[in-house]
Amino acid sequence: MLEIKNLHATAGDAEILKGIDLSIGAGEVHAIMGPNGSGKSTLAGVLAGRPAFAVTEGSIRYKGEDLLELEPEKRALAGIFLAFQYPVEIPGVTNNYFLKASLNAIRTARGEEEVDAMDFLTLVKEKMKIVEMPQDLMGRSINEGFSGGEKKRNEILQMLLLEPSFMVLDETDSGLDIDALRVVANGVNHLRGPERSMLVITHYQRLLDYIVPDVVHVLSEGRIVRSGGKELAHELEEKGYGWIEGASAP
Amino acid sequence: MSETIEQLADREYEYGFVTDIEMERIPKGLNADIVRLISSKNDEPEWLLAWRLKALERFQKMLAEGHHPTWAKVSYPEIDYQDMYYYAAPKPKKELESLDEVDPELLATYDKLGIPLLEQKRLAGVAVDAVFDSVSVATTYKDELEKQGILFGSFSDAVKDHPELIQKYLGSVVPYSDNFFAALNSAVFSDGSFAYVPKGVRCPMELSTYFRINAQETGQFERTLIVAEEGAYVSYLEGCTAPMRDENQLHAAVVELVALDDAQIKYSTVQNWYPGDKNGKGGIYNFVTKRGACRGKRSKISWTQVETGSAITWKYPSCILQGDDSVGEFYSVALTNNMQQADTGTKMIHIGKNTKSTIISKGISAGRGQQSYRGLVRMGPKAHGSRNYSQCDSLLLGDKCGAHTFPYLEVKNASSTVEHEATTSKIGEDQLFYCRQRGISEEDAISMIVNGFCKEVLRELPMEFAVEAQKLLGVSLEGSVG
Ligand SMILES: Nc1ncnc2c1ncn2[C@@H]1O[C@H](COP(=O)(O)OP(=O)(O)OP(=O)(O)O)[C@@H](O)[C@H]1O
Ligand SMILES: [Mg+2]
Repeated sequence: MLEIKNLHATAGDAEILKGIDLSIGAGEVHAIMGPNGSGKSTLAGVLAGRPAFAVTEGSIRYKGEDLLELEPEKRALAGIFLAFQYPVEIPGVTNNYFLKASLNAIRTARGEEEVDAMDFLTLVKEKMKIVEMPQDLMGRSINEGFSGGEKKRNEILQMLLLEPSFMVLDETDSGLDIDALRVVANGVNHLRGPERSMLVITHYQRLLDYIVPDVVHVLSEGRIVRSGGKELAHELEEKGYGWIEGASAP
Repeated sequence: MSETIEQLADREYEYGFVTDIEMERIPKGLNADIVRLISSKNDEPEWLLAWRLKALERFQKMLAEGHHPTWAKVSYPEIDYQDMYYYAAPKPKKELESLDEVDPELLATYDKLGIPLLEQKRLAGVAVDAVFDSVSVATTYKDELEKQGILFGSFSDAVKDHPELIQKYLGSVVPYSDNFFAALNSAVFSDGSFAYVPKGVRCPMELSTYFRINAQETGQFERTLIVAEEGAYVSYLEGCTAPMRDENQLHAAVVELVALDDAQIKYSTVQNWYPGDKNGKGGIYNFVTKRGACRGKRSKISWTQVETGSAITWKYPSCILQGDDSVGEFYSVALTNNMQQADTGTKMIHIGKNTKSTIISKGISAGRGQQSYRGLVRMGPKAHGSRNYSQCDSLLLGDKCGAHTFPYLEVKNASSTVEHEATTSKIGEDQLFYCRQRGISEEDAISMIVNGFCKEVLRELPMEFAVEAQKLLGVSLEGSVG
């Protein structure tokens, strides 16, 4: 599904990603852990096409296509979804309007019919139940004044609506209480399937109890320094990153 | 991002055509004879000519003494007031028996502007007074309105048919001595609209004036007067467009509103004068004085404006809150791009007890557009218990434009409250990226963000105008903000 080779990326003058190789097959869930500032969000941003980052070397192929060729919106239309670490507020634009515009853009790209206001409402209600989101959030401006937890639920709600095929979750668990964590993880698991893949960025192995990964990677200073099964996450939680960084030092 | 913003800024001006019609123009220049000539064109009574001549004297004095206003944050070359025409009208201007007699060329012009005047095609629920250069060429639904005692039509007709009303109210809110451009307008105004809603009548349709500048090297100086008697209600709209020309043209209007006890006037503007080209060549100088007097108790005046056109906008629709418990509102969206400049805002003068005012101003700058909000809130010594709330937000598209805020406060009693909030934001890369990540194109994302930003103002507009305003703001989406 996704094939990253020798990826180097810069932000401004600084090289942040320094040669990443990563291959994610259809139906797989990979987790990425790593210390603050190691480049996790940068990788997520590069995958989604955030203009602030420039790819200086390497390639990303998605479903056989050169992903780096595509504008951000084209990537979204092709099924790539990023659940933001810091969801953005857009004053005056209702969540309802935004989600409908987004869904219809994506449905059109898939060759499906646009949904009308009524069908959209039915659909959204159904998905909101899954993430246990209060109805009134739909009538409010996107993420404006939402609590941290509400913002994260809103990201997952969008993901459920859009049914993407490759999902990047950037610290979706940060700032969630225990119950919310379960609810959000449950939402994510709704989308697991043989045709969908995920890259789950997190600092806590707790999330991975709910969303069980096939592979866990550790990112440090822009490189993947260790990969392993889900037990790697447990080990990290016990010993901290120092253990790995020490081990991987040349 | 910058590319799309430039495209947005570059979009064609849709109303830039010129109507080819035979015009009658009086000689260039400004003097007492010109003023007499304009007055005689309208068969005006002696008192009005005398008033005009006093205004002219005042203007000439101000001009000689260099009282041209310089405090606004706009810059333009000195205007030569002798080098323009003060009156231009389609020929022949004879008494029309019915709309069917209006020159087909003119009807076609208004059709093209989306304002059909003929009976069969008229806009439902909107009465239109069409002002072309210096004169009113047609008014729709005049007779229907008259049945309810509502007077609506050209200013020049009102001078003939209802001189007592004109004499009573003309200059009562904006005296000719008020400011430089008001003095100029009072001397040379040629036409405009007059609306009068009698006691207890709720005007059943929107009243509207559509201003069109067509002739070259000609200024437009119109006068609008709206009077709502006790308990009356009226909603009035104005729209404006002009051809694309390389020269700058002056539009110096005066609008006066009077609301008596319990009356309400809602005044909306969608201003789309030709803004000039990308490099700032041509465009209208829009120097306008608009003021409403809430004379009566519990009266209310609301100004809503969407200002997207003009090379320079200089305009401060204001409310004099004289009656106890009266209410003034100002909702504004101003958009400047390319080389456009706008210095706009409002004055809320609280005189009566428990008066209330609200100011919501949204400024959007793109290209190299420069824009200032300038607002005065004055709480007089007797305005006990009065309140004001002001909110001024600016949105910048790109990094070559500017936004400035100049709030002035004068509080002369201890029991009033004044609140002011101001924000400046850029359309963030973050916001755009968020939208694009959800499959929304950059252009749609910009429209969406701009519309969201203006929402509080757009929802004050009557439906038909809200739609036009959204389109004007570079928007192609349906019902985004509603
Ligand atoms: N636009 C930018 N300009 C300059 N530096 C940047 C930019 N974006 C990110 N960086 C830097 O790149 C490094 C990696 O940042 P990134 O956000 O990818 O880290 P992260 O692994 O997601 O960290 P966290 O766990 O705190 O979320 C940091 O040092 C950050 O300051
Ligand atoms: Mg991060």
